[in-house]
Amino acid sequence: MDLARNWRLKDQRFRLEGTVCAECGAKFFPPRQVCTECKSTNLTPHEFDGHGELYSFTTLRSAPMGYEDQLPYVVGMVKLDEGPIVEAQITDVNPDALKIGQRVEMVTRKLRAYGDDGVIVYGYKFRPVANGA
Amino acid sequence: MKLMKPKRDVGIIGYGAYVPRFRIRAEEIARVWGGAEDGLPIEEKAVPGLDEDTVTMSIEAARNALARAGIDPQQLRALWVGSESHPYAVKPSSTIVADAIGAAGSILAGDWEFACKAGTEALQAAIGLVGSEMAEYAMAIGMDTAQGRPHDALEYTAGAGGAAYIVGPAENALAILEGSYSYVTDTPDFFRREHQHYPQHGNRFTGEPAYFDHTLRGAQGLLDELGYKPSDFAYAIFHQPNVKFPQTAAKKLGFKPEQIAPGLLTNKIGNTYSGAAMIGATAVLDIAKPGDRILMCSFGSGAGSDAFSFVVTEKIRERVAKAAKTMWYVSRREVIDYALYARYRGKLVMN
Ligand SMILES: [Zn+2]
Repeated sequence: MDLARNWRLKDQRFRLEGTVCAECGAKFFPPRQVCTECKSTNLTPHEFDGHGELYSFTTLRSAPMGYEDQLPYVVGMVKLDEGPIVEAQITDVNPDALKIGQRVEMVTRKLRAYGDDGVIVYGYKFRPVANGA
Repeated sequence: MKLMKPKRDVGIIGYGAYVPRFRIRAEEIARVWGGAEDGLPIEEKAVPGLDEDTVTMSIEAARNALARAGIDPQQLRALWVGSESHPYAVKPSSTIVADAIGAAGSILAGDWEFACKAGTEALQAAIGLVGSEMAEYAMAIGMDTAQGRPHDALEYTAGAGGAAYIVGPAENALAILEGSYSYVTDTPDFFRREHQHYPQHGNRFTGEPAYFDHTLRGAQGLLDELGYKPSDFAYAIFHQPNVKFPQTAAKKLGFKPEQIAPGLLTNKIGNTYSGAAMIGATAVLDIAKPGDRILMCSFGSGAGSDAFSFVVTEKIRERVAKAAKTMWYVSRREVIDYALYARYRGKLVMN
């Protein structure tokens, strides 16, 4: 079940931790070690605020192994306000009600469980913004 | 002196609620099982989605609490989750929640268990930690995704939801603690043995000697110790396994229906176990005004009760709107039928 690999990804999965270029300010998610804009290698961790808009989406009715439990589910491309485009599941929605350009926000959910006796993997998904304040 | 009050004044710095969006109506459960014995105890209850559990729900409530508190998560020295539905039998929920909200590192994290009062037990500990100046800030969460055995009376009410509280120094509090009081005895009204999926309960035994005895002694104990009467409080919140129990307890103590109505959410979200009194109190804080005095009294089978008195400060005004309100979560709802409910709650045998 690759405990080490999942564990190494937790900063990305829990908090959308990417990188920012100290030279030109370009931001990357997932994190990059070399800036694609200015080729600088002076990048530091950057936590994205998790807000963005829905760029595209599709409903999956068959899934990769380990993800069948949650079918059917929506996978989308989310354009973060800070730049990068992230691929993620869109949760808390009926696919019929989704619209391109809709405001979404990051939430942390169960991505998968390795059977009944294995580790549970948590990470980011996106959902329509909560306007409950 | 049986009142508990730390030497350093402390209070609630931030708070946050969470309720999943699915609802199953009690009449739908009754339809499947051919009716309920004593009528329906609530209208509907909240059901977690397939990608939700006590950890994910705690994370969202914790983020809401942090947004209201306006502190750096690295300032937290403890994060404690009280629940009877921790996803792992061995491995803390609290470490996952702490890491997800950016609080991991120099912090205590552990899970608390005491049926429905695990969250307020954690809150008492957080008060002690901050009150002793061991820590500047500590977070206590009460959260559950309760399971009832199909066709059991509990199936109508076992809901999902809860709340997170950040305790800190009184100077920075939106509600200052006046004192707390706890009452505990060995009462086997409700229990679940290791490796059992569903709990056992003592039916009628759960009422008088368990819920009422401990809740009334807990709340009355606090009133006596502080020298207050029910009319000194703007609001009171009691543990709410159904609608009738907290209403009856409030009446016996001398509270009026309007004092408990804003914090009585069971009818719409079910019994959220460790979350129940704590999320009732977040609904109250959302509408409270400076100067309001609030009684929060939990109950946990086994059995015991924690009662707290808070007075709301001016800081409530600027903090309520910094995160989603409790009633937003309560009113966000998608009704599902028993078939979907059975799937979402893992009641289908797949192999
Ligand atoms: Zn660059």
